[in-house]
Amino acid sequence: IGHPEIFPLVFTTKTQEIFNCRVDEDVTEENCFKLFKKEDIIQDLKTRAAISDFHPIKNVVLEYPGEELLVVFDAKFQYGQNFYLVASEEAKENLLKPPETTEEKEEEKEEESREETLEVHPYKHPVHKPWVSLGSEKEVEEESVKDTVTKIKYMISRVRRKFGAPITFTDKNASHVKDSYVECTSYQDKTFSIKMLEKDVGLQMIPKVREASTQTKWTYPKNAATQYFPRQFSNEEKEECLSSEKLKEFLTSVHLRMEIALQQNEIMNAFYDDWKALAEDESSSGGKPDVYLKAYQSFTDLRYLKDRTISCICWHPTIYGIIAVSARERLSYEEQVNLSDKSLLQQSVILFWSFFDPIHPQLMLECPEDIYCFQFSPSDPNIIVGGCINGQVVLWDISQHEEKLQNAKTAADEIKMTAVNTVNASVLNILQYIYMSGPSPTQVQQSSTEPPSARYCAVSSIHYSHKKPVTDIHWLPGYSEENQMAATFGNRAEGCLQLVTCSPDCSILFWDIPVTKLPEQPSSEKLKEEEIFNMPLDVPDTLRHLELCWKPLLKINLCESDTNTEYSPVRISLRELHYHYKTSEKVQSLNTLEVPAKDGPYREMSIPSSKNLKALESISTGFFAGTEDGEIVYSDWKMEIDSDSAKPHTQKYTLHTETITTLQRSPFFKDIILSIGGWNFAIWKEGVTNGPILQSSCSAGRYTAGQWSLTRPGVFFIGRDDGNIDIWDLLKKTHEPSHFQNVSESMITFISPCSASPKQHFLAVSDDLGILHVLEICQTLSHTSGNE
Amino acid sequence: AEVEEILKRIQAHRGVIATMVINAEGIPVRTTLDNSTTVQYTGLLHQLTMKARSTVRDIDPQNDLTFLRIRSKKHEIMIIPGNTSIKITIELYVL
Repeated sequence: IGHPEIFPLVFTTKTQEIFNCRVDEDVTEENCFKLFKKEDIIQDLKTRAAISDFHPIKNVVLEYPGEELLVVFDAKFQYGQNFYLVASEEAKENLLKPPETTEEKEEEKEEESREETLEVHPYKHPVHKPWVSLGSEKEVEEESVKDTVTKIKYMISRVRRKFGAPITFTDKNASHVKDSYVECTSYQDKTFSIKMLEKDVGLQMIPKVREASTQTKWTYPKNAATQYFPRQFSNEEKEECLSSEKLKEFLTSVHLRMEIALQQNEIMNAFYDDWKALAEDESSSGGKPDVYLKAYQSFTDLRYLKDRTISCICWHPTIYGIIAVSARERLSYEEQVNLSDKSLLQQSVILFWSFFDPIHPQLMLECPEDIYCFQFSPSDPNIIVGGCINGQVVLWDISQHEEKLQNAKTAADEIKMTAVNTVNASVLNILQYIYMSGPSPTQVQQSSTEPPSARYCAVSSIHYSHKKPVTDIHWLPGYSEENQMAATFGNRAEGCLQLVTCSPDCSILFWDIPVTKLPEQPSSEKLKEEEIFNMPLDVPDTLRHLELCWKPLLKINLCESDTNTEYSPVRISLRELHYHYKTSEKVQSLNTLEVPAKDGPYREMSIPSSKNLKALESISTGFFAGTEDGEIVYSDWKMEIDSDSAKPHTQKYTLHTETITTLQRSPFFKDIILSIGGWNFAIWKEGVTNGPILQSSCSAGRYTAGQWSLTRPGVFFIGRDDGNIDIWDLLKKTHEPSHFQNVSESMITFISPCSASPKQHFLAVSDDLGILHVLEICQTLSHTSGNE
Repeated sequence: AEVEEILKRIQAHRGVIATMVINAEGIPVRTTLDNSTTVQYTGLLHQLTMKARSTVRDIDPQNDLTFLRIRSKKHEIMIIPGNTSIKITIELYVL
């Protein structure tokens, strides 16, 4: 069992007595070794043969080399029996000695361990182990170069004195030698004939390298230029060419093709991008913004607009962000009739607001009376004309404040009082005006609570003005005039210097603003009180009643009577340039424009007499007039020589129930007119005489104001008396407003749209409380779709 | 006289800006534009016309160029080549 020399034995008691290894007497656990002589064992074997204990190991014993055999008492039965025999010398030695040494060591260790808990092995140096050859030295030997043959050494010596001795040459006769020449023949030396059979040579591969060189020629850039002129024919040559037959033939054969091509182009617009147009349509139809009118700003002034309603709104035509409002007393109907009795407790003003300063009005225009309506002059935005409640026409010149208004956004602090423009000087010289300049230039506007005010520079004479409030006022382009014969004449195309006013007193007045200084006589005669610069040619013409409540607004009103005649500038006959006194001539001239007189008050337009001017036949003189009763009258200015017929051209429509509040021509179509009044609105077309082309049903609220949209031909805005604004989009729905929105609590008195920039469109709405709301029109309402 | 008439008629068409007649060598004979513009146009268009014509003829020798239209973003130029002269019309379109 791992120990081939160990043989377990069982010793009987008899055997133990014979060999003196009795248990617990001779042999103890500690003293377990017993050496038996080999002879004794052999003898025992012989004597007891089979019953000898050594019988099973008889061979082993016989073969045992040594003399003594070791038997060990196995107290613990380590090997299975109580004794075992050790069959080899070495094992015997090992068992005998190491147990002793181990015993000793164990004793020592035990002693040591008692003293120390740790055992420290003494440091042993790494023992050099002998190098074991694995065959590598053979390879090394093979590779190493050794001399196979020992090198031969030669030593050559010569006597020293023979070195460097001078050489002596002797001559020898060649004939003495055999063959008469001496030669030293070459022979093959055997010593050099050893062939090298094998040679160990090392090689290295490199790429082929070759050197080469070239030389290039360097050309440097140089600037070169030529000058030329086109060949041209002289004039004679040109003419010669032109008249040649060949050219004629060519052209005749060619021009047909050209015309066909041109016609093709005319028929179809080749540059029309269908794709883009399709996209535009889709974008406009899809998606509805929630709010059509976004409140942008609102302006009100507690001091000047207290208890007042705004009668008119006007955007400044050139300066962005400036809007002017006129205020008047809030009056009931009865009070309005008895206006002349009313005394003004409060100064009536026109206020200018700027977007950039919503608290302080920028400018204040003083008015003699409450202003019903006013307008900026289209040719000169510094001239403002207004119509008063008492029938007068008032004029302002704000050129002084123009710069300030323009700078309102940049520097609200500074007030620059510019000198009066010399351009207007001529105009103003005629008129006596008093400027109450505002605070001195050094004063800061913000410190002053009052906005700078400008006083009116001209007021028409009371005698010649309207008897009733001027309800509408318009500037007319100054190129047509009317003469005594009431024919329109073309005239200078100067700036707008004429205006027309209407009033419920059945009169329409044309006014003129002279550019040059008037001769003293006529002006002085005209001057009644202080300033009368406008000579209204008042003709008590029985025109239709025109009621212009506001500036002509376009409301869709089916009511017939217009209160406003919206004059497209081309059509209105203008006032003559020269002053004319009101004479009876005028009375004659306007007779043909008789209109059935209505009982209700209306405004009229009077036609001034004019001088001899060239008659202009082509200008159409038709106009619409809206009356206070809600009638719309269409008539013609052109007077006929024989005024026999009673208004041959006049038509009267009664559609609206109440006062016409708006009459406005569409800014896109010159013959489409919107009229708004009372409970409904109508759209008219000039030339269609049986009635309006569109008429709305009665609406929920009373319409009080309206305007066409400036950017979209089919859209207009109507204001109601409950503060709502109806937005009508004729392309979407024609029976009801496409959208309505509440803007204020009180009645809406005026609406005015403005396109301040291509992106920003504003709608100014004023209400009865004197608040001006500026709303921003959303994109769908302001941008036209493809072919609107 | 007839020449004038024809040219006037073409010029009077709607949208036509200018008309030019050029001889075979590229020298303007009759034009409604100012001199420098005319010279520029004739120089460029003459060469283009020659090139276009030679292209057509290379492809098919029996063929010949009858009309050349150049349509750009802003204008359209119409050229009719002839044996002795070339006529050019420039038209304008508004989208």
